[in-house]
Amino acid sequence: MTARDDILARLRPAGGDPAAAYAAIPRPYLRRHHENGLLDLAAERIADYRAAVHRVTEADLPAALAAAFRPGAYVVPDGLPAAWTAGIDAARLAGPDADLEWAAGTVTGCTAVIAETGTIVLDHGPGQGRRALTLVPDHHLVVVRADQIAADVPDALARIDVTRPLTFVSGPSATSDIELSRVEGVHGPRTLEVFLL
Amino acid sequence: MTMPTYVGMPAFPKAARAAVADTRLRGNLAHATGTIRARRAAAVAELDDWAELRAAGKAIKDHTLAHLAHYLELLEERVTAAGGTVHWARDAAEANAIVTRLVRATGETEVVKVKSMATQETGLNEALAEAGITAHETDLAELIVQLGDDRPSHILVPAIHKNRAEIRALFRARMPSAPDDLTDDPAALAEAARRHLRAKFLSAKVAVSGANFAIADTGTVLVVESEGNGRMCLTLPDTLITVMGIEKLLPTARDLEVFLQLLPRSSTAERMNPYTSAWTGVTPGDGPQAFHLVLLDNGRTATHADPVGRQALRCIRCSACLNVCPVYARAGGHAYGSPYPGPIGAILSPQIRGIGSEVDASLPFASSLCGACYEVCPVAIDIPEVLVHLRARAPKRPAERAAMGAAGWALNSAARLAAAQALAGRGRRFARHARVPRAWTDTRDVPVPPAESFRAWWRRTRDGS
Ligand code: SF4
Repeated sequence: MTARDDILARLRPAGGDPAAAYAAIPRPYLRRHHENGLLDLAAERIADYRAAVHRVTEADLPAALAAAFRPGAYVVPDGLPAAWTAGIDAARLAGPDADLEWAAGTVTGCTAVIAETGTIVLDHGPGQGRRALTLVPDHHLVVVRADQIAADVPDALARIDVTRPLTFVSGPSATSDIELSRVEGVHGPRTLEVFLL
Repeated sequence: MTMPTYVGMPAFPKAARAAVADTRLRGNLAHATGTIRARRAAAVAELDDWAELRAAGKAIKDHTLAHLAHYLELLEERVTAAGGTVHWARDAAEANAIVTRLVRATGETEVVKVKSMATQETGLNEALAEAGITAHETDLAELIVQLGDDRPSHILVPAIHKNRAEIRALFRARMPSAPDDLTDDPAALAEAARRHLRAKFLSAKVAVSGANFAIADTGTVLVVESEGNGRMCLTLPDTLITVMGIEKLLPTARDLEVFLQLLPRSSTAERMNPYTSAWTGVTPGDGPQAFHLVLLDNGRTATHADPVGRQALRCIRCSACLNVCPVYARAGGHAYGSPYPGPIGAILSPQIRGIGSEVDASLPFASSLCGACYEVCPVAIDIPEVLVHLRARAPKRPAERAAMGAAGWALNSAARLAAAQALAGRGRRFARHARVPRAWTDTRDVPVPPAESFRAWWRRTRDGS
């Protein structure tokens, strides 16, 4: 008997139809904890993680992004709206195949934001780039459209295709491993700046 | 069963006695568990529907366990369809052999690792070392533990027993890149670790990870973390090998809406942990292009077969039960002699290893049955119920006497503790007789509490010791 057959045999028999039993699981919890003011809530909750939050209009975005740039090159993924980076010298922008280790930062969009928890969800599709792009460079600038803000975890998950590679980002990386004192900026980007349109 | 008992590990009583005598260790532990407890209570109180989420979490896990063979087959099918390869391991030795073979096939002699309870359970690092493969732990706490040739003492904060001065000394001694003027400021220590590990991440070809959840009907695997070392390991190498206990399944992606609320708040007391990664098989052009999922039994099917003990498999390793446990706070994690310390360890280790060794036979007694662990558990595992059940199965006399002697020692005449226990006892009685709206105990009946308190029981039975 293979290990597989052995393990499965030890777990049988199971009674009944899994699909029907699954559908019958009670889910009396809330779909969302806040109904209104989601933009404010998202801004507040993201800022709670000590990520920088900028509330800007679409027209002001290029200047706001340019002001946030630090010296060095920034990687931009394919599919990022060109208008967003119109305020920046093209020589400062590198394509997604650039050497990430030497990039100062990266500019991306996102898939969704969970207002309740201040979480940014990336599915690494167009405008977001492969996972390494938002991981290796030290400065992550992310642009969020208001219609991408979901109230809470259940709402957000309903918008997401989980079979895509996904990264849920809640503030910059952090550790509390030393005497539980929180240190921000370990291995991911040490600075996260969020631009809410 | 083949979760190795730590070599030379004394039974809980002896180990606990040593820990209780170590005032520095106790100081570290008391500070840490007290801090996490308070933060967690605040994070949980923020959600009005915590009791409902907890009930749903329990129901989803129970359902999954009832149909585990079905969901495992489904997971295998979906992971395979998405370009991954699924392996099955009956025990630790099989799992280690599979991982060793997979690493060898890449030609590499180094792997980076994300913190994984399952591979601690199988002793993977030691098995790889025997095969000439070096495993680098990349979680800061695991790194501290590894550099110190030490053992983890807490699920979530494995180096909870070390303070900043000890960590600084360790880095200075064992980390070549640590600067001469390294201070004991946690930020400076974290920066030293960042530099030490960055080169490893950027050059690593093979990563080994655990998993927090896997979604059966999509084949998606998730890792929940804080530091970004997980993302590094899951993204940059060419080959990813994930070792996962067979109980980590969830039926559909929808179930994440419950567990991504329960786990971060219950574990690190955050609304959401900094990073969660999810991947489904292999994605061309993004991340590892070879993905292996090793499904580990190692005593879980035996645990599954026990109708009372099975609930231990609901555990999502949040570690909340450790932080409320009066015995853990005094005895520390090492006394439990397994990667799973605290109340969950006391019911999980004897079940997955079998009650063969002295330490495993003593673990069901390493508790005062105060019930705090049950009340705090986000998937409502009735740890006291399982402890009592396992006590009945344990070989009685010598182990019991020895264990009670030591648990008694751990708890000996600490006025604060006595007060805490009395409070917990009152809470239990209160919960049984009164309706407490929104209390966690609402989700099900509290089990009949022990008729006498632990202390009374110990006093009554110690005459033989
Ligand atoms: S038993 Fe419950 S409280 Fe303890 S680690 Fe597991 S899920 Fe968390």
